[in-house]
Amino acid sequence: MKKRVYLTYPKEQVKEPLLYQVGKNFEVVTNIRQASVSDKLGLVALELDGEPEEIEKAIQFLVDKGVKVEPIELDIIE
Amino acid sequence: MSYMKALKCRECGKEYPKEALHVCELCFGPLEVAYEYEKIKGVLTREVIEKRAPNMWRYKELLPIDGEPTVGAQVGYTPLVKADNLAKALGVKEIYIKNDAVNYPTLSFKDRVVSVALSRARELGFKIAACASTGNLANSVAANAAAAGMESFVFIPSDLEQTKIVGTLVYGGTVVGIKGTYDEVNRLCSEIAGKYGWAFVNINIRPYYAEGSKTFGYEIAEQLGWKLPQNIVVPMAGGSLITKIHKAFKELSILGFVGPVTTKVFGAQAAGCSPIINAVKEGTELIRPVNKPNTIAKSLAIGNPADGYYSAKVMRESGGWGENVTDEEIIDSMKLLAETEGIFAETAGGVTLGSARKLIDSGRISRDESIVVCVTGNGLKTQEALAGKINPPTIINARLQEFDDLVKAGGKEYAVRA
Repeated sequence: MKKRVYLTYPKEQVKEPLLYQVGKNFEVVTNIRQASVSDKLGLVALELDGEPEEIEKAIQFLVDKGVKVEPIELDIIE
Repeated sequence: MSYMKALKCRECGKEYPKEALHVCELCFGPLEVAYEYEKIKGVLTREVIEKRAPNMWRYKELLPIDGEPTVGAQVGYTPLVKADNLAKALGVKEIYIKNDAVNYPTLSFKDRVVSVALSRARELGFKIAACASTGNLANSVAANAAAAGMESFVFIPSDLEQTKIVGTLVYGGTVVGIKGTYDEVNRLCSEIAGKYGWAFVNINIRPYYAEGSKTFGYEIAEQLGWKLPQNIVVPMAGGSLITKIHKAFKELSILGFVGPVTTKVFGAQAAGCSPIINAVKEGTELIRPVNKPNTIAKSLAIGNPADGYYSAKVMRESGGWGENVTDEEIIDSMKLLAETEGIFAETAGGVTLGSARKLIDSGRISRDESIVVCVTGNGLKTQEALAGKINPPTIINARLQEFDDLVKAGGKEYAVRA
């Protein structure tokens, strides 16, 4: 399955190669579609392709690293 | 007859068929409805509109449906109140309240977007309506789906107060409370929308849904005698409404119904959740999400707004600005609006008027220019915000003497019959 997410990196994680680690540690293919990185914030629109459990694990890894992981639609609870 | 041309990516411009799509496959940008304005020019005039029934479908050629509307036929055309008492209180020349606190049927502007979303969803063959919401959107989806004979699913965080969900439960749809953090609930709702083939009004139907907000802008222009205000102050949650009001003004100008758009567009947020205002004030294009919104204006508490970037752009490019207000300022402005104009707005209305007051005081909005303040929801839904903030009634025993004493204590003279 494919999953589209928006990642917001906190300032302290901007320099970390987290997506490299995701690709290395989990059976998922990462595909960056948009990105904007500054010294204060990192934003990445990402497609994850793989088995649902692996995608879940990859997302949990990013959450544990302090990255905000949201659906591509951002906040949908209006 | 449809005047929709296609869905178009707001980022890269790629066009898509008019289906239940919302994200560009290429760049993940949001999709928006594009119209054939030349054709609309041939059939729609101010006179044609003026002869139609007073509801938002009088502008149907500018809305994303193929046929006649089938959901929410009575929605819209709410009052634009010339607020002279408020003008006096604020020391301004001309101020109006566009009052969607009395929108039909669920007392918020969400009835506009939901009736467009569900009318389009039915055209696309959907039988089930859904949304994730903590308030006005939930009420509107449940009510409009019920009236249209559609099944509905409303997803809410499990810890939402009971009083908040009565206005959704009453319509008989399915309400599902989800345990987890805001981000977890948010992600799950997106997954459900992707997995089940339902009309999630603000997800897969979003391009159509969002267009409904334009009617708020069309009505303001028509009610001002086909003129645009010099300033408009709009509350921002996801940021869609402010961009669509500006789009509405531009469309009316393209059609020649009003002159060039010179309206300055101002956004309003609560201090406890101001991701868009922060970006405007800091002059940055990046919207930094607010992880833990903390405000009594719950209907505006969206930490990572989908249209944040586009709203900031509208404010910048129109010559407007943004402002935010504390909870105390919100309540103070709710009371001012009620006491001067007899309008009981929800907390978001306090945010908008409170921000307008700051913008006037700082000179961002000129006291000599026309101002429209957008009220998008009804105060009866957020009464808990005023608990302990307004004077309680005076209690007396059922004796005339006690009332006489009360009047005397008040120090004001009233004529009495002998």
